[in-house]
Amino acid sequence: MLKDQDRIFQNLYNDLGPDLTSSQKRGDWVNTKEITDKGRDWIINEIKDSQLRGRGGAGFPTGLKWSFAPKEVGSRPHYLVINGDESEPGTCKDRDILRFEPHKLIEGCLIASYAIQAHVCYIYIRGEYFVDGQKLQAAIDEAYEKKLLGKNAAGTGWDLDIYIHYGAGAYICGEETALLESIEGKKGQPRLKPPFPALIGLYGCPTIINNVETIAVVPTILRRGGKWFASLGREKNTGTKIFCISGNVNNPCNVEEEMNIPLKELIEVHAGGVIGGWDNLQAVIPGGSSMPLIPKDKCETLTMDFDSLMAEKSGLGTAGVVVINKDQDIIKCMARIARFYKHESCGQCTPCREGSGWMWRMLERMAKGEASKDEIDMLGDVTKQIEGHTICAFGEGSSWPVQGLLRHFKDEIKKRNKFDPIVRENKNIPYLVDQHLLDKNA
Amino acid sequence: MSLRRPAKNQPENFEFNPSSLEAAKNIVSKYPEGKQQSAVMALLYIAQKQNENWIPLAAMKYIAKFLNMPYIKVYEVATFYSMYNLSPVGKYFVQVCTTTPCMIRGANKLVEACKEKISEDESVLSNDKSCSWMEVECLGACVNAPMMQINDDYYEDLDKEKTLKILDKILKGEKPTPGSYRGRINNEPENNRKTLMDLKNA
Repeated sequence: MLKDQDRIFQNLYNDLGPDLTSSQKRGDWVNTKEITDKGRDWIINEIKDSQLRGRGGAGFPTGLKWSFAPKEVGSRPHYLVINGDESEPGTCKDRDILRFEPHKLIEGCLIASYAIQAHVCYIYIRGEYFVDGQKLQAAIDEAYEKKLLGKNAAGTGWDLDIYIHYGAGAYICGEETALLESIEGKKGQPRLKPPFPALIGLYGCPTIINNVETIAVVPTILRRGGKWFASLGREKNTGTKIFCISGNVNNPCNVEEEMNIPLKELIEVHAGGVIGGWDNLQAVIPGGSSMPLIPKDKCETLTMDFDSLMAEKSGLGTAGVVVINKDQDIIKCMARIARFYKHESCGQCTPCREGSGWMWRMLERMAKGEASKDEIDMLGDVTKQIEGHTICAFGEGSSWPVQGLLRHFKDEIKKRNKFDPIVRENKNIPYLVDQHLLDKNA
Repeated sequence: MSLRRPAKNQPENFEFNPSSLEAAKNIVSKYPEGKQQSAVMALLYIAQKQNENWIPLAAMKYIAKFLNMPYIKVYEVATFYSMYNLSPVGKYFVQVCTTTPCMIRGANKLVEACKEKISEDESVLSNDKSCSWMEVECLGACVNAPMMQINDDYYEDLDKEKTLKILDKILKGEKPTPGSYRGRINNEPENNRKTLMDLKNA
């Protein structure tokens, strides 16, 4: 288990209070000027040395991302945008940072803005977190009052303004370019890349977008050194991570742990074990609903980091661990996730807009045992038609969980769905009906 | 995609009241000059708060003029994002999360409670027109599952009995205390915390 002094989020459980005075006692804002005095290149190099990878799901190296920002500010200003649109089912880590460790985030914003030469930072928070957003706003106001933000923020000589922008219930706005569209006051539909936001982003200006957790760990890394952070976890999967363990466990919780921690330790030690005992475990979704599930036999030895989960054809994603025990119907669970994606598709690309509804309806019927034998392969085919054929990664996110189900629980589906193909049965099942005809609210 | 339609009965006019107007001007000032369109989401939200939790078409037209942008762009935004209610939802708007992490911890019991207390179908006003409920997608409090949101507040760690009590309160016009209904003040493992114990005991 990670040593307590190596935990970055000392106030994850709000033992000490989220206010500025308590935060300063924990070391926030103590020597911000000394850090920025070492210069942009030092900051970016130190982050590169720490091998910090983005905590929002894709795991892109943060130092590298920052180095994409233009070195000189031209006619267009630079922007820093923080992604707090946490909507991935199974994930609720950013919420605790917003309400219990807001000053880590705000200080991180100042340092990151300095490093990429931005004078304005927007923090995009999902609309449902209105109350938690108000807590962050209170912390921002506190920081302005103590001159830690605004002109010559924290005595660093850098001017920075931070504004909160609330979303309004669209999962897709967690995609970075959709998030930019949303800040610009449009529908949250992702943009084609390239051009990448680092060159043409918010209002057409160079923009760096980072997850809340990524930015909140930056000040601590710079204080304790990139080497310290890199010494935790393993090569290329360094540091600590907040894991959210939900679902059928005795004590669902958020916990900060070292990368590469065994999954079994997370569940058994921190979350109090699976309901009904370890043998009652059916499957685990390791990184938020977009990541393919992992069956029990592999959970015994699995370690939680980006690369080892990739090797299992899954991913760490946002580290939202959803534990599913044998009391649950696994097909129904996945059908519900498919419904989530059907609801949240932005409607821009046809394969995703239509395909997500197909997957949902097929899975619903499979859960009830109303599907025919050949549909199982057809479902696999549909996922392949979506994956890789969309503007953003939502296509992958919606088809991977279904592929995971087909990979590991095909026998279960086959056992329940033994019909011959519909053509022979002459059954009336609306394959190609527009989804709005089936929508309950229509 | 979700399908969303504006209500049939629409008020003729809409205007910000003085406090909304001040809040709106404050929000517009957060964005660079000429980029006031960015404020549209926040303004729609303000309009929704002012107009008993829903946005009439007149408000969209008003906001379009306010921000000097085409009405259709405002309409697009209002129909795209699911938190904007396009028809009346009552003073108390109950949203029950039923996505998988909540589902496997019994979110359907919460739905049952809503059906018993509020209305048989979702998005239908209760008899006294004071509240309505609907199933929503992940609200991002998965370790507090099952949970629901009433207006801005989260009600966490629920079961059917607790939900019935909460709904009774709102039907009486009272505001129940938000937060966890198992007494959790944070997301630590209950009675099983193994980390940062020095701080807990401090």
